[in-house]
Amino acid sequence: MGFENFGTVSFTTEAKVADFITHLEAGRVMATRCRKCGVNYFPPKADCPKCLSSDVEWFEIKGKGKLASYTLVNYGPSGFEADAPYILALAEFGEGIQILARLSREIEEKDIKVGMSLVVSPVKLPDNRIAYEFRRV
Amino acid sequence: MEDVAIVGAGQSVFSRSCGVSIRELCFEAFKEAMEGLDITGEDIDASVICSAPEYDKQRSPSGLISEYLELTPKPTFYVETVCSSSSTGLRVAWSLIKAGLHKVVAVIGFQKMSELSSRDAAERMGRGGDIIWESPFGVTMPAGYAMYARAHMDKYGTTEEQLAKVRVKNSHYGATNPKATYRKELSLEEILNSEVITSPLKKFDCCANADGSSCIIVARGDVAKGVSAIPIWIIGLGAATDTMTMAGRESLTGLRCAQEAAKPAYEMAGIGPQDIDVAEVHDCFTVSEILAYEDLGFAKPGEGAGLIEEKQTYVDGKIPVNVDGGLLSKGHPIGATGGSQIRTIVRQLRGEAAEVQVKGAEIGLVHNIGGVGQYGNVTILRR
Repeated sequence: MGFENFGTVSFTTEAKVADFITHLEAGRVMATRCRKCGVNYFPPKADCPKCLSSDVEWFEIKGKGKLASYTLVNYGPSGFEADAPYILALAEFGEGIQILARLSREIEEKDIKVGMSLVVSPVKLPDNRIAYEFRRV
Repeated sequence: MEDVAIVGAGQSVFSRSCGVSIRELCFEAFKEAMEGLDITGEDIDASVICSAPEYDKQRSPSGLISEYLELTPKPTFYVETVCSSSSTGLRVAWSLIKAGLHKVVAVIGFQKMSELSSRDAAERMGRGGDIIWESPFGVTMPAGYAMYARAHMDKYGTTEEQLAKVRVKNSHYGATNPKATYRKELSLEEILNSEVITSPLKKFDCCANADGSSCIIVARGDVAKGVSAIPIWIIGLGAATDTMTMAGRESLTGLRCAQEAAKPAYEMAGIGPQDIDVAEVHDCFTVSEILAYEDLGFAKPGEGAGLIEEKQTYVDGKIPVNVDGGLLSKGHPIGATGGSQIRTIVRQLRGEAAEVQVKGAEIGLVHNIGGVGQYGNVTILRR
């Protein structure tokens, strides 16, 4: 299985990092780390262009992230119309990991503050689709 | 290094729907660029065609445009860096001439965005980010810039009213530009009261899709002096990139691709931001113009909003910016935009800018960005 059920609309399927989805289904949001030179990658890479190794390991993104910025999108592109309005956000998790995802619908726009603490968790979407989202700590 | 010059610069009228084919659209810009030159199409050694292919119905448009403009059998090819394609085209043309391969090169940018239905355009908009990792969340171009705006407001206290003042200025100048899609002055209230597209950006903080073309004729110095009364010299070129993903961005308060492109451009020209007399910057959104003030060194980081607040970027200000109305007024036909910005600076440096002429302008700068800060091009020109 690949990325065919990832997010509201997926645009492609195959990737060497498709195990990301297996982990996501099991409740974990993962990044990769190069076993040779120790660099962390998110979005996960199967290859390390810095040292040319493809020996990478998965590790779970745990702990609190910090909201770097966000926007409430009122008009989505094709396939996302029914989702709008939704909030896109970028959060930093340290060690070179930054993630783009949506904010959980449980968080209202008035309660959002740049710098607030968040966690990233898998989220089930309708029609057997899956993604990850930011939730309040 | 002053041995490559621009001898001709033209653009079509930019509009929401041009009603002609892409080849005919390109002719309009080609005609304006070639008029008054002591050369003909036969003297053009090569053409570089610039557009964003996802909006093209025609597969491989270079051959088609080359044929229509009677440029065959000279070489032609396509370059793309989305919204900064024609600035990349100029960089390539400069290199071809410097390398000694060609003497005269035409850089032709175009986009007929109305060729797609709004549904198809929205579908392409959805694929503008990293299609595995970010597009599945519903990322859009305005949303990317909105996140920059929010971060800038949070860190530096920039306000929505200050963003709106960029549009007040650009709509003021756009009203007198016969090539612009929008030729209507907008009040601060109209801008602030327009509907929110993606917070904090409102309808009038955003530029619009458009149809249009641009054409820049570039020549080796000795040829340039012979065919043009006032050749405009390319004295600085800089280009850089940033990550495709938003997740890879080191900072959201400035565009790294612009900062990194400005450095080599200033260095090559042997000048600094204080030496620029007039600039065209990539105001696809109001916030983009404020980021550009800072990324180009016209203001210190965090102080960009002060420039518009004090009207320093108006024609009679310290550093006039986008006095042709910018993308916000002209509209943004992706592949044509950079060439249109270059044309505006060429006209300013030749003293042909009529009511928006910056007095005594000798050095001008073009800042042209592709995507949400993915591709940066900074070009410095001198009379």
